Amino acid sequence: MTAAPLSFDRQRNWWAVHTRTAYLFRRTSRLVVSLVLLLTATFFMIHLVPGDPVRAALGTTAPASLVAARRAALGLDKPLVTQYVDYIRNILHGNFGTSLVSGEHVTDVIRARGPSTFRLAGIAFLVVIGIAVPLGLLMAALTRDSKRRRLELGFTATAGALAAVPSFLTAVALVFFFAVKIHWFPVAGQGGVSSYVLPIASLAIGPIAALSRIVRVEGLRVLEQDYIRTARGKRLPARIVYVRHALPNTLTPTLTVAGLLVGGLVAGTVLVENIFAWPGLGTSLVSAVAQQDYSTVQAIAVIFGAVVLLANFAVDVALGAIDPRSTILDA
Amino acid sequence: MTALEARSVTVGFGRGRRRLVAVDCVDVALPEASTLGIVGESGSGKSTLARALVGLVPLASGDVLLDGEQLRTARDGRVLDPRRRVQMIFQDPFASLNPRMSVGEAIREALTVRGGSGRGTRAAEVARYLDLVHLDPEVAQRMPSRLSGGQRQRVAIARALAARPEVLIADEITSSLDVSVQSAVLNLMRELRRELGISMIFVSHNLATVRYLSDEIAVMYLGRVVEVGPAECVVSAPQHPYTRALLYAVPSFGGSVLADVELGEPPDPHDPPAGCPFHPCCPVGPHARPERTACIECDPRDGADQRPHRAFCHFATAVADQRAEETAHAARDR
Amino acid sequence: MGSSRIAQALRSPVGVVASVGLLAVIVLAIAAPLIWSGDASRIDILHASQGSSSAHWLGTDALGRDILYRVLVATRLSVVLAVLAAAIGAAIGIPIGAVPALFGGRVGRLVTGLINLAVAFPALLVAIFVASIIGVGAHGAVVGIAVAIAPYFARLSQTLSSSVAGSEYLAAARMIGVRRFRLLTRHVLPNIAEPLLITSTISIGDALLSLAGLSFLGLGVQPPRYDWGRMLNEGLNRIYVNPEVALGPAVAITIGALTFALFGEVLAKAAGAGGARRWLRGELPASTVAAGACDGDDVLAVEDLTISFPGGAVPVRSVSLRVAPGEIVGIVGESGSGKTLTAMAVADLLPAAAHVSAAKLCLFGSDPRALSASQRRRLLGRSLAVVYQDPMSALNPALRVGRQVGEVSEVHHGISKRAARDRAVERLRSVRIGSADARARQFPHEFSGGMRQRAVIAMGLMAEPKLIVADEPTTALDVTVQQQILRLLRDVTVSRSSAAILISHDVAVVSQLCVRVVVMYAGRVVEELDVDTLVAGPAHPYTVALVASVPTMESKREQPLASIPGRAPTPYDDIPGCPFAPRCPRASERCRAEMPPLEQHSPTHRAACWHPVNVLEKAAV
Repeated sequence: MTAAPLSFDRQRNWWAVHTRTAYLFRRTSRLVVSLVLLLTATFFMIHLVPGDPVRAALGTTAPASLVAARRAALGLDKPLVTQYVDYIRNILHGNFGTSLVSGEHVTDVIRARGPSTFRLAGIAFLVVIGIAVPLGLLMAALTRDSKRRRLELGFTATAGALAAVPSFLTAVALVFFFAVKIHWFPVAGQGGVSSYVLPIASLAIGPIAALSRIVRVEGLRVLEQDYIRTARGKRLPARIVYVRHALPNTLTPTLTVAGLLVGGLVAGTVLVENIFAWPGLGTSLVSAVAQQDYSTVQAIAVIFGAVVLLANFAVDVALGAIDPRSTILDA
Repeated sequence: MTALEARSVTVGFGRGRRRLVAVDCVDVALPEASTLGIVGESGSGKSTLARALVGLVPLASGDVLLDGEQLRTARDGRVLDPRRRVQMIFQDPFASLNPRMSVGEAIREALTVRGGSGRGTRAAEVARYLDLVHLDPEVAQRMPSRLSGGQRQRVAIARALAARPEVLIADEITSSLDVSVQSAVLNLMRELRRELGISMIFVSHNLATVRYLSDEIAVMYLGRVVEVGPAECVVSAPQHPYTRALLYAVPSFGGSVLADVELGEPPDPHDPPAGCPFHPCCPVGPHARPERTACIECDPRDGADQRPHRAFCHFATAVADQRAEETAHAARDR
Repeated sequence: MGSSRIAQALRSPVGVVASVGLLAVIVLAIAAPLIWSGDASRIDILHASQGSSSAHWLGTDALGRDILYRVLVATRLSVVLAVLAAAIGAAIGIPIGAVPALFGGRVGRLVTGLINLAVAFPALLVAIFVASIIGVGAHGAVVGIAVAIAPYFARLSQTLSSSVAGSEYLAAARMIGVRRFRLLTRHVLPNIAEPLLITSTISIGDALLSLAGLSFLGLGVQPPRYDWGRMLNEGLNRIYVNPEVALGPAVAITIGALTFALFGEVLAKAAGAGGARRWLRGELPASTVAAGACDGDDVLAVEDLTISFPGGAVPVRSVSLRVAPGEIVGIVGESGSGKTLTAMAVADLLPAAAHVSAAKLCLFGSDPRALSASQRRRLLGRSLAVVYQDPMSALNPALRVGRQVGEVSEVHHGISKRAARDRAVERLRSVRIGSADARARQFPHEFSGGMRQRAVIAMGLMAEPKLIVADEPTTALDVTVQQQILRLLRDVTVSRSSAAILISHDVAVVSQLCVRVVVMYAGRVVEELDVDTLVAGPAHPYTVALVASVPTMESKREQPLASIPGRAPTPYDDIPGCPFAPRCPRASERCRAEMPPLEQHSPTHRAACWHPVNVLEKAAV
């Protein structure tokens, strides 16, 4: 009645491949659903604004005909469902609409200013990971078993304080010291390599402090586990215990936090760009909000939101590849 | 007269490929004023069955009857016993008491809900229940964090008793306790059973403890009751090879490490084998005796009612003879 | 959270700073506008846009108003808005987070998914987005930030409520019939209030920063009202000329936010650090070096081993142990007897905080403490194998089993990775793991409990151990698997003629496998005897009681089981006499006053008791 059981190897491989594909499928569908939710939420933005958004953007003195023309151009007269479908279709074709205030295509704005923002955020991300992770791990190794309590206290206090200072304050302080007092770096504007230093430093310092603290705590937690005691019981050299046994287990929580980090950095660019007059999407967003240019706000929200979702997706996929248990435990 | 009865109770978790049938169409009956012991290893479904009887997990199908009347069915979902006549004591004494409630308050709560006692007498009643479980009345003021594991477990018992249940279900209540404390709690259960005439279900993985306390024993494996009968009979003349294996595995004080009874790898509960779920591990099954194909093809549930101890095994009586042989062997080895 | 713990936490240096800071902020928020409103709004065009001077410490703004006063007065608005935002965020987030626990099923899963999604988005962007809909200004900012913070509260509330909802005390309360309202107020809320309160406090600090950020961008508080963020915005333009103008608000923002965050952390520490660890300041005795020489061919010889921890715990007191080659010795005791720590001390696997002293500690003929680190590693790595209690946590979940088993040989025998792997597979096969080659490529979570323990044993067998230390190797396993593991241990020790120490709380298990048994109680050895004597009749009342109190298949069902009244002493208790005296039926005054030494009753039997059992009968034989 029952077939002879598959040989152990084949059975196992089938299951492994199967769960991994299933995991990827689940994660991808979750990404798609999230993107749809994002688009829907941003779509409803214009319709939630109290009063007439076009009128608000153009001001009370603008002629009614202009307002009506703009409304028609934006398609705000059509039924809601049609607007929704048009909106989605446009976005998928890369058309992010037109600015309520200036009438220019938002897509052009994004194409012009987007790279500046993402260059800034991207480099900052790499800097943060590159410094915080090794630092945190080093601290974990140094302060395990309650050794070097003074170092632990000093590190925790300093990192805690730095992590608490928001990026715009760091930026102000850095500008003050390094641009105004000592003229090492330019005060504002995007230019050569030296113009990148202060903005990236402002973006990165807080997250480096926060992430290194977390990495240290996770590292300590891993070092307290029974399997590390087993590794020591096997009398393996310290190097192997740390690198082969402890490190892979700290990667998982670190990756998760790194995913959240992307979101934080994207938010940070909004503030930092304003301080350094950086020609990026952050400055566009702020002026758009101030001018009530809803279509631009909408478009930038979509871009930023999509970046965050993609970053989290990338983290999930990476976790699935690294952590052997995550694909199975995941609901 | 049965106090509590389970009829074709099935409990499952998860859906689709991840579905796990924890309790598979189980029939058990607890006669009044007696103790039924349910014994099994991890994954046997005994704790899930206990929780289903109390109403903490929903039934996928089947009925639970108390004193002949229906207590809950699958449709009820999570409806609990409105008159609280079935109470449970849990395994972990640290988790079963609210850390922010004093002992006295916890017991008082049970009294209040049951009703029938005025404010004035409540303090005296609390003291009475504490005395019943051999605890000082001053313990009522303490918070659970100040009590030892054994004391907490007694408080849990007192609380369960304060609700004046008809049936008490004890789920591995001694497994988290130290050896010297376990016997005190077991003695207490025995005493309570005699003094209060309460009907009790005692769930444990420890066969010796189950045998000590129970009038009847039900043996569970992979969600099924594979054997049930009077305690001494099940222990002295087990009908099912799994029961035999369990008995065999109980370390005997001063005995030697027993000779090889190599069981196979336990089956995956998500994907139980066809026919008898025990056959991959069975020492007298198709692996040892290839001619016994019935174990793979037919479910031994059929015809169980005709066999002694309602054993779920096609070769039940043959097992009993085998065991006599093995016991003789073991005696020689020692 | 006991009030004493809060008081204690607040008295710590960090706690003092946090409380003083918080008090100052609150006082300023209430009082500053009442006192300095006038000064803060006094316009003085003549002195507009000036830097720091004696009259105006932090300079003046574009309308000549004193910045310092404005910073102080702005405290109220900044703090009030932050508290409001945090409160609204909590009010939205906490109930939403409780939904999955209360309703479960599809609704619960949906809400959980939404919460996870919302948490992924950075708070500032969400706030800007919401503020753009509602309109810039204080209202928009507060609502925006509240909406942005809500998911974090929801996530926390969800975690907390689901842990309470799944707790057994809640199940017990429901079974007793407690009404839903009382369940909520008396069972759920008290157990989740604390972490929520702490998070709320910390989030006020976050809200403060976010609000300052929004105002700084010009999207928050609008003139003529002003908060710290707004002032920073105004001050930034002049930073090149008069930096102190921006300094004031910047410092205020930092201090304000830090105060709340710090206070929250102090509360968290008060809640988290239970009374479990007592960190007393005291002198630890200096580590004593071995006095006895290491000779003889005992595999292990320990004399007078004492282990203590900072804080006054001495869980192992004056323990002596000897293991001859090929001998299987059992250590029996309940939890708290010190048996595991003794074994870990032998295996040199104690936590770093442990302080070990011994008159003699000889392993394989040398004192490991006298060796260099690498020598010790080599000695122990090749000759000592350890089997742990919990096989799941003993194996590294991130590494394949074959790798973990094989690396022992890679390191200690210097063979190649491939050769080590082959050897590992062969060892796995020798401990009866089927399809060993495929299994070696698997991860520990794919093994069953018994298989994992066998893998751990295989790991120990990669070298040729002369001593196997097995710490409760079967406690976490099913009883049918237990016998298999015990049998494996016996076969392994017999085939390699290695010695073994088997630690267990189960006297029966120990009696099956071991030839000699050591009984420990309260950190001390109370009896040493061979198995036959153990079965026939021990001398120490504790051993007798321990054996009697365990129900066996032969226990008489009509009679109560023997039990031991009272509780074992803790490692902190310093008892002058016999530690078992308070619970012993044979105790006398002498027992309570004087600690009995280990007395030899026969060449293989020692007991530490003034009134041992069965001695007379044995002496008569």
